[in-house]
Amino acid sequence: MARAVTSRRKLINTGIAWAIGLLIFFPILWTILTSFKTEAQAIASPPLFINFDWTLENYGVVMERSNYARFLWNSIIIAGGSTILGLIIAVPAAWSMAFVPSKRTKDILLWMLSTKMLPAVGVLYPIYLLFIQLGLLDSRAGLVIVMMLINLPIIIWMLYTYFREIPGEILEAARMDGATLKEELIYILTPMAIPGIASTMLLNFILAWNEAFWTLNLTAVDAAPLTAFIASYSSPEGLFFAKLSAASTMAIAPILILGWFSQKQLVRGLTFGAVK
Amino acid sequence: MHLKNALRAASALTLVAATGAIAAGHSPTITIATVNNGDMIRMQGYTDQFTAETGINVEWVTLEENVLRQRVTTDITTRGGQFDIMTIGMYETPIWGSNGWLVPLDDLSAEYDVDDILPAMRNGLSHDGTLYAAPFYGESSMVMYRTDLMEKAGLEMPVAPTWQFIREAAAAMDDPANDINGICLRGKAGWGEGGAFITVTGNSFGARWFDEGWNAQFDQPEWADALNFYVNLMNDYGPEGYATNGFNENLSLFNQGKCGMWIDATVAASFVTGDDSTVADHVGFALAPNAEGIEKRANWLWAWALAIPAGTQQEAEAKQFIEWATSKDYIELVAANEGWANVPPGARTSLYETPEYQDVPFAQMTLDSINAADPTDPTVDPVPYVGIQFVAIPEFAGIATEVSQEFSAAYAGQQSIEEALEKAQAITNEAMEAAGYR
Repeated sequence: MARAVTSRRKLINTGIAWAIGLLIFFPILWTILTSFKTEAQAIASPPLFINFDWTLENYGVVMERSNYARFLWNSIIIAGGSTILGLIIAVPAAWSMAFVPSKRTKDILLWMLSTKMLPAVGVLYPIYLLFIQLGLLDSRAGLVIVMMLINLPIIIWMLYTYFREIPGEILEAARMDGATLKEELIYILTPMAIPGIASTMLLNFILAWNEAFWTLNLTAVDAAPLTAFIASYSSPEGLFFAKLSAASTMAIAPILILGWFSQKQLVRGLTFGAVK
Repeated sequence: MHLKNALRAASALTLVAATGAIAAGHSPTITIATVNNGDMIRMQGYTDQFTAETGINVEWVTLEENVLRQRVTTDITTRGGQFDIMTIGMYETPIWGSNGWLVPLDDLSAEYDVDDILPAMRNGLSHDGTLYAAPFYGESSMVMYRTDLMEKAGLEMPVAPTWQFIREAAAAMDDPANDINGICLRGKAGWGEGGAFITVTGNSFGARWFDEGWNAQFDQPEWADALNFYVNLMNDYGPEGYATNGFNENLSLFNQGKCGMWIDATVAASFVTGDDSTVADHVGFALAPNAEGIEKRANWLWAWALAIPAGTQQEAEAKQFIEWATSKDYIELVAANEGWANVPPGARTSLYETPEYQDVPFAQMTLDSINAADPTDPTVDPVPYVGIQFVAIPEFAGIATEVSQEFSAAYAGQQSIEEALEKAQAITNEAMEAAGYR
């Protein structure tokens, strides 16, 4: 009897989980479906779900009009570059906060997070002027730096949480065996924290990939990533929803695939330390 | 030996780079920031022709309208120099021109025939008589209606209808059983969306944004009349959720045959009579309406125009492009390839004198609507500002966005019209005081 109740509950829970999952995924699914419709079918009422004439025309138009490869390459460089640079800075920072905390460590952590509370537009002009002076406007290097700075508080916080789970005694033992600080970080701490570092990397990569304020405001032609590619298909005067959906699908496809293959690491990293 | 080889390779690379730089020097590249509108996209398709004729390469940065506005404003105010040409509207042009942020277009070639630009467009894109942006296409607003439904209702649309007639026609065409709304109008918050529409509606009821002392006028009966009329009309015969409908939403409804009438931008005419419209063969056009006894009509004036930011390193090349893209020849190029109905409208007088274009069903009504709009005299009482659906001061975009949010909340039934008007009055006066106008 108890077994039957458990199975029933399991079934219900699975059903609820699937329903929530589908609800969350529905906008993406709808975008993908719309990308295969004609513009007239895209606005049809009642909406057409799968019973329409599927077409690849929108993808053809988008590929013809835009240099997708250039936008994609810029996204990879900006998201990848900022993630690597962020980790290089965040690993030592998180180490010091986790293993050599001071009286002010918690205040510093909170202060770092508080920088995320400032609306980006508030610092647009100072950053823009700085970029003009440094010749960084519309450059991938500039975007890598900005993206790294934006996501650095999150990276440090995440790594700090993972590092706190690692017993300090292990590092102490390494030190007693003669390991230098550099060796301790590279050969002891990093391998032990690889799941946490991997999920931090993935999350940061996704955040940088999707960031649309700075990437739109600090780029023009050379460094414009996929967010600019999507923005170029949004129109206030004219119905181009099918083309916009095709562009959006092309922009999210790489990150969707990456997320799909790395979901185990992502879930593991995000729930690390949640249950003790 | 290794060092020698490395030096050789480095020299070769330097040579290649230098050759590239020299080649690049011979073929300059201009960068143009623009919006994703049909006419603009079409222009991008013909860019190769311009490059072939002039040797000037063109890079496009296409952005959504609001993003574009923010992007080019940041760049021009900081002199970032990211763009050689910007696509801007009638609101920004005189303000930016007066600030010295744009290159005056006062030395365009004789062939360009600057006097051929429609006077309303030329005035709207000038400051102190100097042209600062060349119109690529222009628009006013007009009534687009279903001829078949009007006929069925036993009504005939006058060339210049009143709001009272529009209400009567909406009542006659409204058919909820068949999913047909009597009328579709903008209600979406935003100064360029619902804000623009309610401002011109206000003008046609004799309302104004400011008196001559820059005092907000939302406490005057004309605004209450306009807003009450609009809300009653839309509640009775408009689509559900009209408070969030803008241009695209109404275009979608009209094209699917779900609106008896739609009052909006004249550029919509080519969409509602185009291939994607299910009612293309049953569309008629009329002037935007006015309230009985009020001379001014609810028609606005707008242009998407090409301007050169001051400080560009490629001023001559940018001017060359502007002359090409807004020329009579460009219009003929599009007409030859895509038909006269698809040429950029509302910019040149000669277009409306072309016999082939006169056959386009909406051509004359577009011209009449543009000519009926006077930005220097937008409403009944005198005003201290220029602009019909906007007030050409830098503070307007922010104020009008907030005001239109209050109005949209009233359309959605979240507050009363009186409350919305009271808030609009307070928001506007406060902002004008802070800006030093009062």
